[in-house]
Amino acid sequence: MNAPNMSGWKPGTPQAPEGSDGVHTVTGNRGLMLEEPLVFEIGNTETTGVDFPSPLTLAGGAGGGPDTGSGSTPTADSSRVREGNRLGGLDRSESFGLPGLSEPETVRHYTRLSRQNYAIDCGIFPLGSCTMKHNPRLNEKVARMPGFSDLHPLQPESTVQGALGVIDELAHWLVSLTGMAGVAMSPKAGAHGELCGILTIRAALEARGDARQVILVPESAHGTNPATAAFAGYAVENIPATAEGRVDLAALEARLGPDVAAVMITNPNTCGLFEREMKAISDAVHAAGAFVYCDGANFNAVVGRVRPGDLGVDAMHINLHKTFSTPHGGGGPGSGPVVLSEALMPFAPLPFVRKTDAGFDLIEEEDDAAAPQSFGRMAAFHGQMGMFTRALAYILSHGADGLRQVSGDAVLNANYILRRCEDVLDAPFGATGPCMHEALFSDAGFAEGVATLDLAKALIDEGFHPMTMYFPLVVHGAMLVEPTECESKATLDQFIMALRSIAERARAGDESLHQAPQLAPRRRLDETLAARRPVLAWEG
Amino acid sequence: MRYLPLTDTDRAAMLDVIGAPSIDALFADVPADLYLDKPIEGLPLHASEMAVERHMRALSKQNLAAADAPFFLGAGAYRHHVPASVDHLIQRGEFLTAYTPYQPEIAQGTLQMLFEFQSQVARLFGCAVANASMYDGSTACWEAITMAGRVTKRRKAILSCGLHPHYVSTAQTMARFEGHGIDYALPTLTAETDFAALADKVDGETGCVVVQYPDILGRIGDMTALADACHAAGALLVAVVTEPVALGALKSPGEMGADIVVGEGQALGVGLQFGGPYLGLFAVRDPRHVRQMPGRLCGETVDAEGKRGFVLTLSTREQHIRREKATSNICTNAGLCALAFSVHMTLLGEKGLRALAAENHRLACLAADRLAQVPGVTALNEAFFNEFTLVVPCDARQLVRDMAGKGVLGGVSLGKFYPDGQGRENSLVVAVTETVTAEDIECLAATLQECLA
Repeated sequence: MNAPNMSGWKPGTPQAPEGSDGVHTVTGNRGLMLEEPLVFEIGNTETTGVDFPSPLTLAGGAGGGPDTGSGSTPTADSSRVREGNRLGGLDRSESFGLPGLSEPETVRHYTRLSRQNYAIDCGIFPLGSCTMKHNPRLNEKVARMPGFSDLHPLQPESTVQGALGVIDELAHWLVSLTGMAGVAMSPKAGAHGELCGILTIRAALEARGDARQVILVPESAHGTNPATAAFAGYAVENIPATAEGRVDLAALEARLGPDVAAVMITNPNTCGLFEREMKAISDAVHAAGAFVYCDGANFNAVVGRVRPGDLGVDAMHINLHKTFSTPHGGGGPGSGPVVLSEALMPFAPLPFVRKTDAGFDLIEEEDDAAAPQSFGRMAAFHGQMGMFTRALAYILSHGADGLRQVSGDAVLNANYILRRCEDVLDAPFGATGPCMHEALFSDAGFAEGVATLDLAKALIDEGFHPMTMYFPLVVHGAMLVEPTECESKATLDQFIMALRSIAERARAGDESLHQAPQLAPRRRLDETLAARRPVLAWEG
Repeated sequence: MRYLPLTDTDRAAMLDVIGAPSIDALFADVPADLYLDKPIEGLPLHASEMAVERHMRALSKQNLAAADAPFFLGAGAYRHHVPASVDHLIQRGEFLTAYTPYQPEIAQGTLQMLFEFQSQVARLFGCAVANASMYDGSTACWEAITMAGRVTKRRKAILSCGLHPHYVSTAQTMARFEGHGIDYALPTLTAETDFAALADKVDGETGCVVVQYPDILGRIGDMTALADACHAAGALLVAVVTEPVALGALKSPGEMGADIVVGEGQALGVGLQFGGPYLGLFAVRDPRHVRQMPGRLCGETVDAEGKRGFVLTLSTREQHIRREKATSNICTNAGLCALAFSVHMTLLGEKGLRALAAENHRLACLAADRLAQVPGVTALNEAFFNEFTLVVPCDARQLVRDMAGKGVLGGVSLGKFYPDGQGRENSLVVAVTETVTAEDIECLAATLQECLA
């Protein structure tokens, strides 16, 4: 095993090579594309961008009272301060090398970094399975109202009735849109929601003395599904897909038995297809005494058009950062409430909000009589409140009618891409009917030596974020395109034009695709080197 | 509908290309008897931006914001002043609306930020390597316990009585399902931490000992001897930091020998937000443990032209590659909260963080002395940072409600966590940050006195 490099090895200084336009610059900057050093290279431990009214040093443990300031701040009677600090002799005396910058330098540093990012605000972000939709700024404004953003999670309930009201109102929407009995709001992301659902199922099985050990997961599932089942203590077995890209019902039925605790199904699935036989799957699973977990990552395709509860689902997480527009933030934070069936509700985690005649109560550990069968707490506090306010603002903006239009337009956009590209890109399931909100292509038809990766990187040069690559695993060289409902026809037409052009180059074996991207802030990065000699922290 | 760009003309033209008569026809795979052909009844229809804002504002006004009251709550979530530029920068669309940096050529902004974040956290904690963040402190704590299990091949964890009770509950829930043993006892109201007693408990079965620093009662202790005891028995020491500002004044856990240091990063840049989203911090002292870490890691490399760049790396630990054999099922991190933390840390620098910590400690000392003068109230702690425990002559749960009735958010009652009637409910944990004024301290003292009279 290679330990990460702690020797201070650094790659060579960039030579600012000529760009493809033949222009040489001495700074390495290229017009508006600016190189930005690390904060460790431009900051120092003597600079700060924050002013304090009083002491800049801490009194030592031996003698000398804490400096009570020069009168500009608190005047609580300083004569009662005992001598010395009260840190128990644990003062941090050594410098720990944390660089600081003044405010203008800080603003500039992060602004320059931000400009090296692609984002939804810059253009279409058709990353399949991720639902990169517009993040309305109203949501940001609402989440920052002091009555939400400046609340401590342990304030007395009488002082947070409006916050509990937000949780209750959002919960009502989620339950109504899914046709389920209730919802656990506290999970912190999609994968955490999966864990919540599986633990709820396990608690329900244990309550009836049933020690089932196996969870079945389709081959096309997100990686989080098998990882979650394993994390929750289950053995994982794959179930195959049909040639049509859907769960093989016969194979599933054959495998069901008294050892199977649950089946985890993604619907619509990761091939972008609706599981037509979902109800039959659920019935078979229930008949075998097991539960149906649905991965709700793709709920955006069906919101307002079919309710998972009607399909026999027992538990499903909802990624608020996908279907309900909370920002992805460069990889989180997410939020993953889990809707639950009647059979599972008694086992839902703590805490939860209960509505009474007098207002809202928060049911926690100290109220265990109110939730005797709950499987317990899975994180501190009460969930991703900052995401709840955003999601509720989004849902209220759309209403029941708008949400139905959301799924309609998302599916329309995906089918438009599918049909306009399937003559130049292989669509493995294109013949089986319409897709849902994602169009899936494979690399079949590409010339020898040209890969999905090359096509994706060429899209970068055309100014687009690529689609999801090499997922789902059941399709060779998969390209999963999810445009969302937030793209105009003009944007789609331009994206399609670029995608078709690159696809034709890939079929023709255009070698220059291996060089892409050439116009991004960086060329292809050496991931092998990064893993072989890990440099995971600044060592300068 | 203001978020939907397609016009009916566009829709008709696109359906024509697709060869479908209607959008409904695209849902032919949904069983007809379950398909909803009109909006779900009983739910409101779409609303204007102004109407939504009005509705949300009305809800927000039913809450008492921390800024509108003398405010002394901590116990795992801390109210600090966040410089205005932090919130401005995290709202740059290029950060806010980007995704996980799967295409590193066009995600260097997020990746370099994460590399800087990892470096800042590692230095703050006295560790070699930090990851790109977890959901929050409580889940990071459980991940540390499971990681210690992988490293030591032992499945027993001993938890300090001073560990945040929500973190304890989280660990107990997960341990029950995953077959870990948890050794934990409720805290006794003493001035000292239980570190010495924990050292005596470590045995050959112990995978890790978990301590919090400062702990739930605000106590701080030297964990060097405990680390030695753990290492002598082949166990790891996990240190949990719920108030990272403390490490501007206090020796880091890494310096004292903690092997895994995890924490809640909310105090810097993120804000209170009624409990989430927060920011899980996760770091290891020994770089050889990196491959057992959960979560995303950002690493340095070069591009095809030799220019320095950053990528997500060592992903063979993660669920999207390893599936059921991954080190964790975690997928997302808390990217935007990590950015807020990192920007705040950059603005502070070591000089500013030390000053901030000093200011917190100075005010906390003032408050502890003043509040201990209230008749019937005694301060438990001898050593503390910005939070301490007051022993009061009544159930502090009612006391907290009474104070809230008078417009004072006066602390967290331990009875909320330990409602067992063993005396712990007669104690109040009080946090004092730089946001507290002398007038606030006087107001709390007067209100306490009034409510206890």
